[in-house]
Amino acid sequence: MSISVNEASDIQREISERSAPDYLDQLEAEAIYIMREVAGQFERPALLFSGGKDSITLVHLAKKAFAPGKIPFPLVHVDTGHNFIEAIEYRDELAEAINAKLIVRYVEDTIKAKGLKEQTGKNASRNWLQTFTLLDTIEEFEFDACIGGARRDEEKARAKERIFSFRDEFGQWDPKRQRPELWNLFNGRIQKGENVRVFPISNWTELDVWAYLKREGIALPSIYFAHERELILRDGKLLNNTPVIEPDPEDQIVTRQVRFRTVGDMTCTAAVESAAATLDEVIAEITISRISERGETRIDDQQTEAAMEDRKKGGYF
Amino acid sequence: MDLLRFITAGSVDDGKSTLIGRLLYDTKNILADQMEAIERASKTRNAGEIDLALLTDGLRSEREQGITIDVAYKYFQTPNRKFISIDAPGHIQYTRNMVTGASNADLAIILVDARHGVVEQTRRHSLIASMLGIPHVIVAVNKMDLVGNSEDAFLEIAKSYTELAEKLSIKDLTIIPVSALNGDNIVERSEAMSWYTGETLLSVLENVNVLKDQNQEDGRFAVQYVIRPQTDELHDYRGYAGRVQSGTFKKGDAIKVLPSERESKIAKIEFGGNEIPQASVLESVTILLEDDIDISRGDMIVTVDNSPIVSQDIEALVCWMDDKKTLKPGNKYVLQHGTARSRCSIRGIEYQIDINSYEKLDEVEALKLNDVARIVLRTAQPIAYDPYQKNRANGAAILIDETSNVTVGACMIE
Ligand SMILES: Nc1nc2c(ncn2[C@@H]2O[C@H](COP(=O)(O)OP(=O)(O)OP(=O)(O)O)[C@@H](O)[C@H]2O)c(=O)[nH]1
Ligand SMILES: [Mg+2]
Repeated sequence: MSISVNEASDIQREISERSAPDYLDQLEAEAIYIMREVAGQFERPALLFSGGKDSITLVHLAKKAFAPGKIPFPLVHVDTGHNFIEAIEYRDELAEAINAKLIVRYVEDTIKAKGLKEQTGKNASRNWLQTFTLLDTIEEFEFDACIGGARRDEEKARAKERIFSFRDEFGQWDPKRQRPELWNLFNGRIQKGENVRVFPISNWTELDVWAYLKREGIALPSIYFAHERELILRDGKLLNNTPVIEPDPEDQIVTRQVRFRTVGDMTCTAAVESAAATLDEVIAEITISRISERGETRIDDQQTEAAMEDRKKGGYF
Repeated sequence: MDLLRFITAGSVDDGKSTLIGRLLYDTKNILADQMEAIERASKTRNAGEIDLALLTDGLRSEREQGITIDVAYKYFQTPNRKFISIDAPGHIQYTRNMVTGASNADLAIILVDARHGVVEQTRRHSLIASMLGIPHVIVAVNKMDLVGNSEDAFLEIAKSYTELAEKLSIKDLTIIPVSALNGDNIVERSEAMSWYTGETLLSVLENVNVLKDQNQEDGRFAVQYVIRPQTDELHDYRGYAGRVQSGTFKKGDAIKVLPSERESKIAKIEFGGNEIPQASVLESVTILLEDDIDISRGDMIVTVDNSPIVSQDIEALVCWMDDKKTLKPGNKYVLQHGTARSRCSIRGIEYQIDINSYEKLDEVEALKLNDVARIVLRTAQPIAYDPYQKNRANGAAILIDETSNVTVGACMIE
């Protein structure tokens, strides 16, 4: 039996009356599709997990993509030793709760093994060094694909990156020679030693992530919500008061009510003053905020105009 | 709220990046720190005024040269809709990046410089937009400020574009006079062009209906992955994970698996491990069947009374994207269609399409970077496809170079 012309136009009429699918459903379906492409195309994928809200979202999407089965790849964390304790605890609890394999590799070990020199002085960070640990981990486990939670709205170089982002055997991104990426036909073919970084939430904005966390009822580490904390006030930014941040004579130690808008290393992630204690309140604040996520919280991007592009060319996420 | 994906296209320097910057600026979607960064970068480049193109031209070499090299994605929203804007490069050398951006667009804004009118890249990008079946096209005649906001200048370009569009299959065309630099007819109506009574650019973007562009008739579901938990309680569970490419599926539907032609019925549809009554276009779900049949990644589940074509012989329009090697009859590639991959060999080039006249050129021996042609190929395994113009999702395929692994061709199967 085939559909006659009249029946087809009835279908069309019914459809034009149907309401448009919600954007969050569309973004979710796209991300799940991408996750499944990774599982289908690669032999040894991994999900890079930091304990931040974007990678928490990824884990949730992966759970949905493969339910009722387990997530078919391990969670990998490159631990700089400068992470927030709340994020680390959350990471361990989540991995256990979903019975996922968790692989942790430490930047500290890479520094010792390779005799790497750490940055010193004000605003010293291990952000750059973590690339070495990441590349070593990829080599150790022969990962051919690494799923990450980067979003294109975060930063101007990321706005240019493909969803399947090809990296050569040195992990390098070449922005001038990206593979064409057509429709939803992702090309994950690579040679041994090369790998692909995959970004399922490329097309999500910061607010989309928050709205999704709320809709799905996903728990977050407590540092995302307002709490009292002792902080270093430096150049107008509030950093966690911790020994891993090298003191500067100009620093002021203050106690404020804050929350974190992103969770990266303590050395390069600033807190924002806030009384928002629930997801609704956080969303309300971000909706009216006139400053971008990275602009408000990241110290590492602001050093030069092309800081992120340069890090990516070196193998960074 | 729904989502519209649109691309800006057109020749080098016609103002594509500026237009996107302007759209974001006038809809108050540029945040304070981003604006400061653009102001700072504009100053160091002596751009004089604020250069809104710097919002999307984020790569070092793009800023050095003042051109766009690869597509940039920017996100914004108005009270009526969410938008994903895709800023494409105009330079011919980067056409494949434009195709990358255009392949997922619901709408294309093709810019024309009011001083120069329709030029070769306008024709090339319009051809690509029409081949890709982008359902809606807006032609933005830009830099109207540089032609004294003249209605005659606009009408002349509108006339020549309409002639061009008639040769292509552009279904829904709107032509608007704008100045991206000054923001005329972008978000606000232009006072300088009071003769223009049509819609602003944003108003078209907000109101175009994209829901009806989707193919709701042909049930197509390419299997991405087989979920087999193999735990005690889920011992016999076999779920086929994939995304509905077109049509709808529901419990009890009679289905057929291609290319094996085995038939069964849908026992259950799940999302995130929970049963759902039906699955519509673009939903990522898991399908369980009543019978235990052999299905793996690359197979396609279709509704039994509405089959795609299953064949090893394929004719397709192709955009060739390799800057190192040409496409010649006899060459072998990997064809990726849906989740299926098959080796294939090129049987012939039927004709190439001339970018300027859109005429068919016969007796072409090889395709070079950015050439557009109709080719014939034969695959090693049968492919279950629909003609692209009828079903975008199941008529699209890519060619992959077997040695470099690079994507070298965009195919629209005819
Ligand atoms: N006078 C005037 N100048 C404009 C207008 N729109 C853009 N321009 C200028 O045209 C130049 C090129 O603008 P871009 O936005 O970079 O052009 P593009 O189309 O993105 O260029 P490519 O991406 O390299 O193809 C810049 O100097 C802009 O300031 C306009 O409406 N009027
Ligand atoms: Mg541009």
